[in-house]
Amino acid sequence: MINISDLHFHYPCSEFRLAVSEFAVSSAEKVAVVGPSGSGKTTLLNLLAGILTPDQGKVQVGEIAVSNLGDAGRRDFRISNIGFVFQDFELLDYLSILDNILHPYRITGALKLSAEVRQRAIYLTEQMGIAEHLKKHPGELSQGEKQRAAICRALLPNPSLILADEATGNLDPSNKTRILDLLFKCVEDHDATLVAVTHDHELLPRFDRVIDFQAFQAGGGS
Amino acid sequence: MTASLYLAWQYIRFNKFKTVILVASITLIAVLPLALEILLAESERQLLNRAKSTPLLIGAKGSALDLAMNSLYFDDEVPEVMTMAAVERIYDTDLALPIPLYVRFQARGLPIIGTSFDYFEFRNLSVAQGRSLTMLGDCVLGAKAAAKLGLGPGDSLVSSPENLFDLAGVYPLKMKVAGVLAANHTADDLAVFVDIKTAWIIQGLGHGHQDVTRTRDSTVILKRTDGNVAANAKLFHYTEITDDNLDGFHFHGDTSIYPLTAIISVPNDEKAGTLLRGRYLEREDAQQIIQPAEVIDGLLQNIFRIRNVLDAVIALVGLATLLTMALVFTLSLRLRQREIQTIFKLGCRKAMIGRMLLAEILIILLVSSMLCAVALQITDANAEELVRRLFVG
Repeated sequence: MINISDLHFHYPCSEFRLAVSEFAVSSAEKVAVVGPSGSGKTTLLNLLAGILTPDQGKVQVGEIAVSNLGDAGRRDFRISNIGFVFQDFELLDYLSILDNILHPYRITGALKLSAEVRQRAIYLTEQMGIAEHLKKHPGELSQGEKQRAAICRALLPNPSLILADEATGNLDPSNKTRILDLLFKCVEDHDATLVAVTHDHELLPRFDRVIDFQAFQAGGGS
Repeated sequence: MTASLYLAWQYIRFNKFKTVILVASITLIAVLPLALEILLAESERQLLNRAKSTPLLIGAKGSALDLAMNSLYFDDEVPEVMTMAAVERIYDTDLALPIPLYVRFQARGLPIIGTSFDYFEFRNLSVAQGRSLTMLGDCVLGAKAAAKLGLGPGDSLVSSPENLFDLAGVYPLKMKVAGVLAANHTADDLAVFVDIKTAWIIQGLGHGHQDVTRTRDSTVILKRTDGNVAANAKLFHYTEITDDNLDGFHFHGDTSIYPLTAIISVPNDEKAGTLLRGRYLEREDAQQIIQPAEVIDGLLQNIFRIRNVLDAVIALVGLATLLTMALVFTLSLRLRQREIQTIFKLGCRKAMIGRMLLAEILIILLVSSMLCAVALQITDANAEELVRRLFVG
């Protein structure tokens, strides 16, 4: 599913350097990426999503060589293939929960908002147990409910790859387990691949594979 | 664009307080100069109408503006006075109808207009309640004056002393309200009309007192000679004119030297008006003749010069406000950087983000424009009344 080879990246005006010689994730695999802050975990997710472009090397997701795409191509790729779950949920305060979940369909021409999509959004919220909050705004929801809404938004376009950047970072232990259960269930139901950055070592046994990103960068192993 | 508008509308709805402030600021910036324009245009129309309906004004030499403002709008500033002989002078020319005006005194803050019956006919003033002036001491009230004072026919109204500290001054006159005029939407609505002789009585030029020839109180009489009786201050003066004491009111001396503030001259025709104006061209003449429309036009020119300055000030304040709003908007963009970043990460194009922000601005401008249009519509519909309140009182 994911193949990265000879990847080099740096931010302008920063000494940070990311170098990955080989990185591969199989289809439908659930991979946890761990490592200290500043090791480049989030940067890796952004490179996989096509938000950032590498200085050198190749990023391939499925049949698509993401690193070779232009701006518009990467955007279309992201919309069609990636579901991103952000650490701070990144829900928009001024939109209702339903509008937040449907948001990707309103900001891109590549996704068409239809009655079917709305139905599916409602179905997802029912699965996540937040169906009664559709008309509420994020400010009225608990952290766990917000994260479930963010997961619904990521899953709605049926992405083949789900990238979760410390998706459980802000949650209490009971909610962490619950959210991870839901995320795994959705990933399995949709036959998607999951790459999740996490600091939470208690959750690691539940993933198919764990990559220590610092060690991985230094030695290239997993 | 539908999605952009939808998202922008949601943002605006959620941030109601910020939106209301923005909309109010923009609306005020737009409404202020435009409403001012409407009101000034209406005030110009009303001022000129009153001035144009008054063909000629004659007064003592002095400020033409004071003469016009006092005679047309009953302004507090009393012009130089002239004598009643000026009325005879016009009669003698046989060129115009003279209408005397003595606008000097007040009653409860409203101007008392001493004039003749011709004034009512000239201004098309009709009595709505009660009757017109029939005897000394009567007054008729303008429509708004009656409403403001809460008076009607049969009530009394006391003239205000010119100077509260003048202990030797004339007693205020208690006038009887004979009638109330129908509204004519001019300065006449807020005036108290009396006969010119009543105005002179208010000034103390005419008065009524107990009959000194019949009094038996010797302490009142200072000196009694053949044909003349001198009384002291103990003599009782009437402060109200009634049927019983009416005969006791009298004027001392020649009334032709009694004061007037102006004479409205209604020429027989245009030629008569020109001829009449020619009669007052002599430098040595103690009187002046003015065409009120010219004087008011000159005043308006000055007002418009001031308005230009005002417009410039409003424009500068508006520009400063717009710049501040631009700053607020830029700062709010910074605050929304994370939101914009999220939207971008979700796959949104920069153009779409631009469209959403533009839609927000458009909605705010649209709402402001609608409010502005409504406010201007209301101003326009009520301009006549607003100007009357501002100018007439």
